[in-house]
Amino acid sequence: MHEFAIAQGLLKIVECEALPYAGAKVLRIKLRVGKMSGVMPDALKFAFEVISQGGVAMDACLEIEEIPLRVRCHHCGGIFAVDVPFMICSHCQSTDVEMISGRELEIESMEIEDGNQGS
Amino acid sequence: MEIKVVKNILEANEMIASQNEELFAQKRVFVVNMMGSPGAGKTTVMERTIEHMKDRHRIAVIEGDIASSRDAERIAALTIPTVQINTGGACHLDSTMVREGYKSLESNLIDLLIVENVGNLVCPAEFRIGEDVKVMITSVTEGDDKPLKYPLMFQVSSLLLLNKIDLLPYLDFDMERFRSDAFKVNPRLEVMATSCKTGDGLDNWFRWLVEGVGKKRER
Repeated sequence: MHEFAIAQGLLKIVECEALPYAGAKVLRIKLRVGKMSGVMPDALKFAFEVISQGGVAMDACLEIEEIPLRVRCHHCGGIFAVDVPFMICSHCQSTDVEMISGRELEIESMEIEDGNQGS
Repeated sequence: MEIKVVKNILEANEMIASQNEELFAQKRVFVVNMMGSPGAGKTTVMERTIEHMKDRHRIAVIEGDIASSRDAERIAALTIPTVQINTGGACHLDSTMVREGYKSLESNLIDLLIVENVGNLVCPAEFRIGEDVKVMITSVTEGDDKPLKYPLMFQVSSLLLLNKIDLLPYLDFDMERFRSDAFKVNPRLEVMATSCKTGDGLDNWFRWLVEGVGKKRER
């Protein structure tokens, strides 16, 4: 819904990281987006494509790894991936569970053109 | 060449939210981020809250809407410090907006700051603003399937006010199913059934708030 705002945040980080490499084009950006982050990968790609026009990241390919929702049960120690966001251990039915993945919205790494080093 | 980044994309909002938290901690202001659909009853709950509490607690409000100052006018009529933020299209308040809004309020001594977020069951859940707690309001007229349809909002909230219960006799709202689904999505979510029309359940809400204000003052 607000993928444009998120794309702006992403672009800011990317352009900041690319700054020391004076003008090098950003080729690829790897993101980790959790299934419960509320962000739709396709919408984010579209938004980023629009707002990066004319800049160093304009041709960058966004590679999005979708991270599943995983919970850890503090009762039996089990770790489970869940499709439906129920905070109940599927093994022992305890509600003493903690979400350990699924809400990520991270930039993992980026690849820039070789040959432009330092400024 | 590859550059390892490993950063939260929302780090800018997180940073300001943490700064807001520190500021509110210094000033001992208990901050409630109130979220819910348009029409769930957020502003009316706030009116009842202010009417009940303002003689013993110093309350201020930040109102968030896409447009219009209607809600802020309603609250300002209760003669408490109020700021209206119009996002002009953004579907949620973020920490920068709240920081800016608070600037107009910070000369006041405040015990309780209620931030009424933009009416929306999706986006506000994703953005910390520096609050102590997230409270969501949903009304029985919206249907009993909301926990499964909007899980993130239910997961990040500490308290849910299930509002407009005076209308239950006219609706097919399955209370058992609603409570059961809400519990599955967030076993720690406290649910209070309320009606601003009859006043049912509001005393529990007021007590909950007073407790929160008290604990924040003691820190």
